[in-house]
Amino acid sequence: MTASTTTPAGSLTAPRRRRADDVAGLGTARAGIFVAPALTLIGLFLLFPAVWTIWLGMTDYRLTGLQAASPEFVGLDNYVEALTDPSFWNSLWLTLVFVVASGIVGQTLIGFALAWSVRNIHGWVKALIEGLVLAAWVIPASVASFLWLVLMDRRSGTLNGLLGTDGYAWLIEHPMEAIILFNIWVGTAFSMQLFSSALSAVPPSQIESAKMVGASGWQQLRDVIIPNIKGHILTNTLLITLWTFNTFTPYLVTAGGPNGKTEILSVYIYETAIPGGQLGLGAAISLIMLLINLVIALAYIRVSRGRKKG
Amino acid sequence: MAGINATRLVKEYPGGVRGVDEVDVEINDGEFFALLGPSGCGKTTLLRSIAGLEAISSGQLVIGDRDVTDAEPGARGVAMVFQDYALFPHMDVADNIAYPLRIKRVKRDDRRATAEKVADGLSLQGLIERRPGQLSGGQQQRVALARAVATRPDVLLLDEPLSNLDARLRLEARTFLKELQRDLGVTTVFVTHDQAEALALADRIAVMKAGKLQQIGSPREVFQRPNNTFVAGFIGSNPMNLVPATVSAGAIAIGDAVSTTLPPGTEDHVREGQSVVWGVRPEYLRWTTADEPGAIAAEVSVVENLGASVLIAVHVDGHKLQVVVPEDHEPAPGDRGYLVPTGSKTLLFDAESTERIG
Repeated sequence: MTASTTTPAGSLTAPRRRRADDVAGLGTARAGIFVAPALTLIGLFLLFPAVWTIWLGMTDYRLTGLQAASPEFVGLDNYVEALTDPSFWNSLWLTLVFVVASGIVGQTLIGFALAWSVRNIHGWVKALIEGLVLAAWVIPASVASFLWLVLMDRRSGTLNGLLGTDGYAWLIEHPMEAIILFNIWVGTAFSMQLFSSALSAVPPSQIESAKMVGASGWQQLRDVIIPNIKGHILTNTLLITLWTFNTFTPYLVTAGGPNGKTEILSVYIYETAIPGGQLGLGAAISLIMLLINLVIALAYIRVSRGRKKG
Repeated sequence: MAGINATRLVKEYPGGVRGVDEVDVEINDGEFFALLGPSGCGKTTLLRSIAGLEAISSGQLVIGDRDVTDAEPGARGVAMVFQDYALFPHMDVADNIAYPLRIKRVKRDDRRATAEKVADGLSLQGLIERRPGQLSGGQQQRVALARAVATRPDVLLLDEPLSNLDARLRLEARTFLKELQRDLGVTTVFVTHDQAEALALADRIAVMKAGKLQQIGSPREVFQRPNNTFVAGFIGSNPMNLVPATVSAGAIAIGDAVSTTLPPGTEDHVREGQSVVWGVRPEYLRWTTADEPGAIAAEVSVVENLGASVLIAVHVDGHKLQVVVPEDHEPAPGDRGYLVPTGSKTLLFDAESTERIG
């Protein structure tokens, strides 16, 4: 296998060493050609926009007007503006509430509860429940948001019809609650599916061992189920956090309103950059958002590494 | 300590399939009891019904002097060791062993002390802080046993206790298990599909097939006097030769040309012309090259080496029989010779009911 075994002993000309990690034996140049198309695509559609955003964030680029034609370099002015603007901090706070309530608490807990309660059901009942939950996930966001608009409409909305509270403007009185519930409704299917498969991977004999010594349902959950699916919980929480943090769909329900009460970060960026026309500022806030995402992801990776070591 | 008494026990699955079908079994206090049968015979279902992991459809189950037919698994005084040991991977050995005590709200220090004592008793010293993943199969099994006996249960249930161990370790663990059971004196029920395991370990064996009990008896009884052809064929490392035959003129006629004597004690229970199955274990047939009274002419077809003996397959008038021949006397395929059955060790079964005659 190694080159030295094929070389006569005492030979002075050392043969070209093959790198230990070059499993395919292509060599760097030919391997490079093979990955070039993929790298080009990644560069074009992922790397370039990212770098472009960084650059944009340091200009006063606007959608219209003089700066649209010839934007000027403004350094970190956009970042200073964003970080000193109370509406940015307000938006960040709303995002935090939204992520915790609809993502971490809502989708994760309800998803787990659903997965837990259907695990022993079989046949059409299970298929029906799973189908309904999954339907909320697979129908297009525009359709889903329209359904919710119809549900909570002030005049002749379904909810008002059911409760007999005609004329009550749910989306104005409780806008944040509305998009939180909306997002739970849309996204719970993922957690449910993930936890369903996690639960089915818990060895039944471990649960039965706990049952044999008289462990209650809660004790079985605490001592057997959760330790066994810790990795799944972590992965699920990471994905849900990032998705919820970045989602734009609530805009289709409340459009950030009323009065900025549901202006979560993704909506805030949109409002700044497109209707507001401040593309440079929008790009700067986007980069801040990206950094927050990275911090979240790194935190989870750290936790999961620590878990594996322990 | 307690005995187990099951009366007309039925476990019926949705759709009407019966995993356990009207089983009556009485297991004595302190007994080492085996549930034996091929896979799918209901032995594990019966064990799980005793454990409380399967709801009993009808019948009654008494452990000690308590009717536990509908009791929760944790309220039966029963501990169970699962086939895969079911240790908690996230707990160390001590916490695994002490887990039942934790559920029973024993104080932390007492738990630890008990766990260490039990672990010592099962030669797990020095492993107490390891995780199950760091233990060998044999050690894992002992941890599972330690967890089961830590609470001093009345009854210990073992599901295929030796099947996850490799062949050499299995013999070791078998001896270990028998010793442990004798030392603890705990009523123990174990499930196995391996008849050798059941014969070696158990005080009594219940042989099952298709949810029904076939025979309950000591290893000697089920080996020497099987109730029916199923038990006869299932017990013994070389299955018993079962040859279709007819009763003719006070003897057994195998085909047209061959006949042999009736097993002792069956003369009064057979009638002329009755279809029967003649049973003889390969160990109780002697191979000889010289004809003698009662011998059956045969031709060797296959020779298998078993180490200290050889197993030969012979043809007798179109029927295939197996014979164990001691080493150094092995014939070669194609050889012709005679089989001499040990008369007192042959059995006769009714062809129709498959029950033993006499």
